[in-house]
Amino acid sequence: MIFLQVAAKDLRSELRTKESLNASLSFAVVILLLFSFAFDPSGEAVAEFSGGLLWLVFAFAGALILNRSFARELPNDCLEVLLASPVSGAQLFLGKSVASFLLLLGIELLCLPIFGIFYNITWTPKILPLLGVFVLGTWGLTILGTLFSALTVNLSLRELMLPMLLYPMLIPALMAAMRLTTILLSGNDIGGDDLVWLRLLIGFDVVFTTLALALVETILVR
Amino acid sequence: MEKNIRIGIGALAGLLLLRNLYVILFNLPDEMAQGPIYRIFYYHLPAYFTAMCCYLTALAASVLYLTKRDLRYDALAMAATEVGLAFAAVNLITGMIWGRVIWGIWWAWDARLTWALICWLVYFGYLMLRQAIDDPSERAKNSAVLSIFSFVSVAITYKAIEWWRTQHPGPVLSFRTGKQLIDPEMERMLFTNFLALALLAFVMVTVRLRQEDLQRQIDGLRRRAHAL
Repeated sequence: MIFLQVAAKDLRSELRTKESLNASLSFAVVILLLFSFAFDPSGEAVAEFSGGLLWLVFAFAGALILNRSFARELPNDCLEVLLASPVSGAQLFLGKSVASFLLLLGIELLCLPIFGIFYNITWTPKILPLLGVFVLGTWGLTILGTLFSALTVNLSLRELMLPMLLYPMLIPALMAAMRLTTILLSGNDIGGDDLVWLRLLIGFDVVFTTLALALVETILVR
Repeated sequence: MEKNIRIGIGALAGLLLLRNLYVILFNLPDEMAQGPIYRIFYYHLPAYFTAMCCYLTALAASVLYLTKRDLRYDALAMAATEVGLAFAAVNLITGMIWGRVIWGIWWAWDARLTWALICWLVYFGYLMLRQAIDDPSERAKNSAVLSIFSFVSVAITYKAIEWWRTQHPGPVLSFRTGKQLIDPEMERMLFTNFLALALLAFVMVTVRLRQEDLQRQIDGLRRRAHAL
């Protein structure tokens, strides 16, 4: 369970400095505000694209957290020390993924009521299934994002490269999470034909978690 | 010798393409529902198959690089991806022209079209990543991992017309449907043109590999000159 210690270390250091947490949360609120100028936020149709809107905010905010995931270890050559320690690459990666996952989930849970107020959406009746979708979608976002964060950590253009690589690859998970969130925020239950989106989201998480854990050692070993 | 083989295969591909163009334009009849525009399929579908083969080659070369750590596999993955992107662009552009004539619009956001575009962007990202890394072995390692991940989008693109209800026509070739939905002569021409494009892609990949090899030699000489 060394990965939990890595996750705890990352969370502790983030909660002390709050650098990506503050940036990410304020960025999410700014995007929520900007979207209100693109269409009529008090209109009836808002519920129909609420899922898409929310997940775009989460994806943008997530990129800020994920960018810091490995970059945090660059000063003082901390990454080299971590790699030289007896912690395996997979444990280190999993720990960092869990930390980013919890941070991003926290931001999402803070954004949801703000979104509800700004766009007049009632989200409380479906909170449990909504939480399930958030967990699955955020895990997909963080597992792929943390891997790409490791892939781009040494690049001078990493702030640009991470979203460039991450967003197109993330589309299946984003599509499914957007669709499921829209269904729930419109007051409906997930069932019938919509279960295909749930299966897609779970399949995405399983496939990419397996691939990432299998390949991360290769990326981290120099 | 190697150069002669390359020129030979290139000439064969060129002649086959010319012959196919003649047959497509003058021998094969118009399609009943679509009229003459259906002929674009003889390039649209084979270009897609060729791009898929290139991506598959890139995947195999990436896995081989990670197991054997030989930079020649990395060069092959890069060359196959570049050529694959060119053929995928042919596929997208011919599809858009067909869509403009048949649907009246250049682009429809349906699953197959969207996935083909995502696939293109994902592999474009692969080339961007390669450009951003200077160290050859670091570049080879990281891009090999990305190539393996990218192939997931190729698999989804291939299955998109079965998984989602799309505006894009469903599978028509007999090896996917198990039935003879299109005229056997038309199907034969699709495969003949695929052979021509695949040969062309093969030549393009070998030319790109040769360029890469020469680049490595130049870099080596430059380093040696610098050391002196």
